[in-house]
Amino acid sequence: MSTASTPLLSVRALETRFVDDGVALTAVDGLSFDVGRGETLCIVGESGCGKSVSALSIMRLLPPTSRVTGRIQLDGKDLGALSEPEMRRVRGNAVSMIFQEPMTSLNPVVTVGYQIAEAVRQHEGKSWAEGYARATEMLRLVRIPEPERRVKEYPHQLSGGMRQRVMIAMALACRPRVLLADEPTTALDVTIQAQILELMRDLQAETGTAIVLITHDLGVVAEMAHRVVVMYAGRKVEEAPVGDLFERPCHPYTVGLMGSIPELGSSLSAEGTPRRLAEIPGIVPSLRAMPAGCRFAPRCPLADERCHAQSPPLTENRPGHWSACWHWERAGEAIHVHA
Amino acid sequence: MSTPEAKTPLLEVRDLVKHFPIRKSLFGKARARVHAVDGISLDIAPGETLGLVGESGCGKSTAGKVILRLIEPTSGSIRLEGRDITALGAGDMLAVRRQMQVVFQDPYSSLNPRMPAGEIVGEPFINYGIGGASERRDRVAALFRKVGLRPEQMARYPHEFSGGQRQRLGIARALALGPKLIIGDEPVSALDVSVQAQVVNLLMDLQAELGLSYLFIAHDLAVVEHISHRVAVMYLGKIVEIAPRRSLFGQPQHPYTEALLESVPATRPGLRRERKTLTGDVPSPIAPPSGCRFHTRCPYAIPRCSQEEPLLHAVGEGHQVACHLR
Repeated sequence: MSTASTPLLSVRALETRFVDDGVALTAVDGLSFDVGRGETLCIVGESGCGKSVSALSIMRLLPPTSRVTGRIQLDGKDLGALSEPEMRRVRGNAVSMIFQEPMTSLNPVVTVGYQIAEAVRQHEGKSWAEGYARATEMLRLVRIPEPERRVKEYPHQLSGGMRQRVMIAMALACRPRVLLADEPTTALDVTIQAQILELMRDLQAETGTAIVLITHDLGVVAEMAHRVVVMYAGRKVEEAPVGDLFERPCHPYTVGLMGSIPELGSSLSAEGTPRRLAEIPGIVPSLRAMPAGCRFAPRCPLADERCHAQSPPLTENRPGHWSACWHWERAGEAIHVHA
Repeated sequence: MSTPEAKTPLLEVRDLVKHFPIRKSLFGKARARVHAVDGISLDIAPGETLGLVGESGCGKSTAGKVILRLIEPTSGSIRLEGRDITALGAGDMLAVRRQMQVVFQDPYSSLNPRMPAGEIVGEPFINYGIGGASERRDRVAALFRKVGLRPEQMARYPHEFSGGQRQRLGIARALALGPKLIIGDEPVSALDVSVQAQVVNLLMDLQAELGLSYLFIAHDLAVVEHISHRVAVMYLGKIVEIAPRRSLFGQPQHPYTEALLESVPATRPGLRRERKTLTGDVPSPIAPPSGCRFHTRCPYAIPRCSQEEPLLHAVGEGHQVACHLR
């Protein structure tokens, strides 16, 4: 799982529980991953699989009703051991986060320049003038036209694509070593998404920032990832280098996800009609009623008695390619297309 | 337009315009207008799916609502089965609505949270005075089965259903009165991909079984390609290109269509296209650019593009494009 050198961000056995009505609900169940310098790791999964909660757990941004255990290390330093003021110095500095909805994550009553300058002042002890200068420079870096004018504007004066670019500018203002991006382009139109993804790739090439990109979109994964973690119902079910994952997925859930997505250009095939989409029957289990054994078993066409009774361990089936499935060798057959 | 002339199209929309006035104060004079839909024409044949794509703010949703007459058009005409419904009063529209139904993006906000699912789906029967209580119940049960829900679930409330099941409820309700046309406004956009596939398959099965026509409004190009027979691309209130699926996705003609298709992430790693990323944002629909509305972002624009508006013209079998350069 780990690369040769020490990873920049290392997460081990992360477990996040929420206590609700006296019942502890486990949203993330034993997640481990590493990201190295200049690397992009994508975490994929559908709503409720725990991918966003994982990022918030790492940033320690969850409400007090949550219980987070596990070890999170940044460059060998244990983030869990930090006090809240110490953690505040890490956030937005060494580790930054971009959220899906820029409108709710930007402060509506102060200018975007102020918001970026504030971070620079806080973390680097710069003056306001230096902060604003950095803000303008960052807005230019994320290709906002007329940054000198935009820096004095409020979030509502910007379009959705520009707000997301402001979020990225703010996240990168203090040159973080790790960037956690939670569905950064999901709310955007495709033409703007293409611009933002290109921007993130360019910035990574320049600064060597490690990126953890959380998404549900396999197209975004194919474009951005070096390595991929697939999550289902709070657990990691597969991890592989991106090429290997698409070439030969080793978990029925991954196979199902790939089969359920229509492909652009599908009507241009010889038959002229797109294939029928594969379905993953049923729905994601509720946190309150997690199935025993493999959590995907109730929806899996390959499931047998053992799957329903025993949870399969993550195993390295091929070099660097891990999956948690008793039947990983037959995972490719797990396509469910009913006529 | 591009459907064979032999058959009357089910839906014919001509020069449809919807401008929203912007007023400074409540009783003030309109000082500007949002050109949400600015003269679109389209036909849908019986049993056909027309996809309508474009980015946020291009007017695709407004177009759907105006066609349904949920919003009154500023000008233009809408004909359903040859009958002009543009100016029909509320009473006459009641009959028309049996033929033309809608499925919205967010199934949660379009289902009454205090009504059991069975009543939600059966409400159209009450509104139209169809059948007695027991007949209505049987019909609702049949609709539940048709969309892949169990009749036992009729007593449950919307919050007890998953997102995909709620969208099935919305579809069941739309089907209740046996419509010929369903307008889907981003009907699968809010769903997880595995569930989205279930609903897309359901919509296609229902079309095959019932001969429905769809106006499928969406921004996801791959889904639109999958489900549509023909596709229209909108930009700032105008249709810039309309064509059968294969020629639109195989030989896109309009620079905007090209850019849209190039922006979609490749589905396999290593296939990342060398793309000409569009720069900038969509201009404001309050003051759309002169001439071709795309000229401010078009990599091929020539002086003529900012002066003269290009009209839709045929470039192939059923393939029309509004561009001076094609």
